[in-house]
Amino acid sequence: MTDITPSGASLLVQDARTQKRNRAEARFKMYGLAAIAVGLLMLVILLTTIISRGTGAFQQTYVTLEVPLLEAKLDKKGNRDLADIKKVSTFGYAPLMKAAFEEKVAAAGIETSLKSKQMAALLSKDAAATLRNYVLQDVDVIGQTIEFEFLTNSRVDGYLKGRVSRDSMANDKSINAAQLDLVDALIADGSLRKRFNLDFITGADASDQRPEAAGMGVAMIGSFFMMLVVLALALPIGVAASIYLEEFAPKNWITDIIEVNISNLAAVPSIVFGILGLAVFINYMHLPNSAPLVGGLVLTLMTLPTIIISTRASLKSVPPSIRDAALGVGASKMQSVFHHVLPLAAPGILTGTIIGLAQALGETAPLLLIGMVGFIASNPPDGITSGLMDPNSAMPAQIYEWAKRADPAFYERAWGGIIILLVFLITMNAIAVLLRRRFERRW
Amino acid sequence: MTATIATTFLGVPLGMALFVAVLAIALLGYVMARGRVMARAGGDARVLHSLPNYYGMTAAMFAAVPALGVLLIWLLAQPTVVQNAVLPLIPADKIDSVGTQSLILSDVRRVADGLDIALSQGALTRADIAAMADDPSALRATLGEVGVALGSEVEPFVLAAAQKSRALNGQGRFWMAAAVLLIALAGLALAVRAADPDFRARNIVERGILVLLIVAASLAILTTVGIVLSMLFESINFFRLHDWKDFFLGPKWAPNFRGDSDLSILPLLWGTLYISIIALLVAVPIGLFSAIYLSEYAGPKLRGIAKPLLEILAGIPTIVYGLFALLTVGPALVRLFGRGEDGILGVEWMSGATSVLTAGLVMGIMLIPFVSSLSDDIINAVPQSLRDGSFGLGATHSETVRQVILPAALPGIVGAVLLAASRAIGETMIVVLGAGAIARVSVNPLEAMTTITTRIVSQLTGDTDFASPETLVAFALGLTLFVLTLGLNVLALYIVRKYREQYE
Repeated sequence: MTDITPSGASLLVQDARTQKRNRAEARFKMYGLAAIAVGLLMLVILLTTIISRGTGAFQQTYVTLEVPLLEAKLDKKGNRDLADIKKVSTFGYAPLMKAAFEEKVAAAGIETSLKSKQMAALLSKDAAATLRNYVLQDVDVIGQTIEFEFLTNSRVDGYLKGRVSRDSMANDKSINAAQLDLVDALIADGSLRKRFNLDFITGADASDQRPEAAGMGVAMIGSFFMMLVVLALALPIGVAASIYLEEFAPKNWITDIIEVNISNLAAVPSIVFGILGLAVFINYMHLPNSAPLVGGLVLTLMTLPTIIISTRASLKSVPPSIRDAALGVGASKMQSVFHHVLPLAAPGILTGTIIGLAQALGETAPLLLIGMVGFIASNPPDGITSGLMDPNSAMPAQIYEWAKRADPAFYERAWGGIIILLVFLITMNAIAVLLRRRFERRW
Repeated sequence: MTATIATTFLGVPLGMALFVAVLAIALLGYVMARGRVMARAGGDARVLHSLPNYYGMTAAMFAAVPALGVLLIWLLAQPTVVQNAVLPLIPADKIDSVGTQSLILSDVRRVADGLDIALSQGALTRADIAAMADDPSALRATLGEVGVALGSEVEPFVLAAAQKSRALNGQGRFWMAAAVLLIALAGLALAVRAADPDFRARNIVERGILVLLIVAASLAILTTVGIVLSMLFESINFFRLHDWKDFFLGPKWAPNFRGDSDLSILPLLWGTLYISIIALLVAVPIGLFSAIYLSEYAGPKLRGIAKPLLEILAGIPTIVYGLFALLTVGPALVRLFGRGEDGILGVEWMSGATSVLTAGLVMGIMLIPFVSSLSDDIINAVPQSLRDGSFGLGATHSETVRQVILPAALPGIVGAVLLAASRAIGETMIVVLGAGAIARVSVNPLEAMTTITTRIVSQLTGDTDFASPETLVAFALGLTLFVLTLGLNVLALYIVRKYREQYE
């Protein structure tokens, strides 16, 4: 490849062509490094975006008020009859909150031009319902004055988190400068503050007027039931199919078709499985819309190829000597597989299953088609049948739902939801890696 | 015979109750058969042909497998059989198309369910229903009270059909319960009777297990068949209602729920391909160069860190990328190319965050690890002797890569790129959130366009009416998508396999 060095030139001095080739070499290496750097940079940007935008959702702004639970408003007959008290709707509680807010402002010595209605507007639309539920739980508190922490509305919350500023509020009708002055005064007073928001993790979704009250809890339960279905179906079926293909299947065209089929199914777009679920499980079999059972069935079909591929790999890694030894002492073929090969392959199968489950947990597209979005998943299911059959959402579907609501407060919730989802995925993958490290055998 | 049975048994769905009952019978069979054969052998397991457990398992298998199979088939087939039996009750003049037929049938189903609920809650009695046969107008309000909302007044023929389907379903359930339990008990009796020391129980059990394994393996074929059939039937319905020429060759996508829509796949196909091409333009160079560096230059330390980190990108759910496109990349692009004087470039080229470029860039990021790990495998499969030969001739490392390794690995890399392309075409969440909803054919990557997957999602979510071409078109789109990705996958797998054989 090199020219013959002209006589008289030193071998220690690179000629022009060698220099050029070495520069090309260095450039090429640079391209490679740059590509890796770009890839890693994207990962860093993605993760920092998620964390910086999502952590806000785990904190929420609350205001402490002392609410006089007036008997005259809540229990006009004075007999503490739960049925009568239930007749007082959340509207009946609104005056109490207004009064409490006025009281608070007066007690703290804050001067404001706001009317009590505008003050109470700082509270979440959820606040009255919270108070009502509290009273209904224990009617004996009526007549007392209790201290209560209420959610503020999403604008106040955004103001404390820097999402809403005095500049951005110019074209926002739901909050004005005087209200923000009051908020500042209440912060100084110590009665309005941000604190950790457990309700985001355990609570239910809320309607699009109340982003501050929305939580992931019910969607998590929905995802849990779906994963239960996937585990109960995909693991046994996947393992059985792998055992057949790896240990028993004769080499013929039927086996070939099955194998080609499985590798193609692994690459079919997930939304196609959603169409299948809609057509077969919902339209034909009339299983209920939005039910985790249907979601689980669709995700099972989607995860099966993944599990089969990894199970076959771990069955293949068990050396033939194990099978020969078992056959040699008189075991049948079936016994050698179930008593010896399968237990030895178990850690690998488990790892593959966990990774398949993690993949299913994050999958969204098929769930959109079987109706796991578009409603408020408000009640946690009671019991297993209800958990499987009642409409519910799932974590990724809930995130999509929030992303669609086009409200910065819900966007924050969506990023927060992603953090929760990623925590689950990271945990599952970490367990898989640990299992592999702990039990993997090299033959 | 008019024996009927309710949908639930002790609060559990009947199917579930039967399932548990069959399992209990199987367990009983296990204990009985094992006990019987041990008694016959005089307590000495050595005289048995098989281990004692195999006799138990034979009985359990004979009791459970046929019974559960019948249960499953019955549960699947009953709705269709009942529906066909009910169909003649609907006056022919009410059915003017396939669509109204399915609407009426779903009404019938809702009324039947509602009547069941109303009866069980005591809101209605059998006599009430019989009295309403000619004028069921009050039924809608009654069913509304028990939580079954109906779209329109109940017509007499709907009520009649609902009553018939309730009766048939009740009978069906009765016969199903009887058949399943009888088959289970017969299986049990047969196997327990056969439990004899000379009986080859293990062979029977193993043959049974082998059949189960084969069934499990065939499920993959069943899934594919299910996918194809479900989409094919609805697509045929669609092409009955809509001209196929408009779907494949028409100029416009403009669904209109009052009917008479333009439903052409071409604008969607253009959006899909345009976004996929941008994604590949991002992913292929980055992924390929990363793979080359990691497999040819990087030491084990860098490789051990960078490779898993890059692969994290592949494990992140697509909804996360979708949100990233909508809320981070999109606004960043708008700041760069939009906003007129306030923008970074001071131009007004981009108005909204959703665009072909937004979705393409983010999808490209998602595909980087896909391209890189596949290419990495393929580059590693190139025999070392080729490298050694090239070095021996005095080539530099980069010359070896460009002139020896890449040409040798080219078919494999083409396969990897095709697989990535099929991924890009079928990707849903990123385009749903990042690409926009406007079907247009344009070459400007800063405009919002829409894709096949996006339209499938929007036509099939919310209230869907399976009689309108606007809903059914989603199945035709799905079938096209399936055929497209399947073609790419088969081609890619073929190329990769061919390539592997070359060096084995």
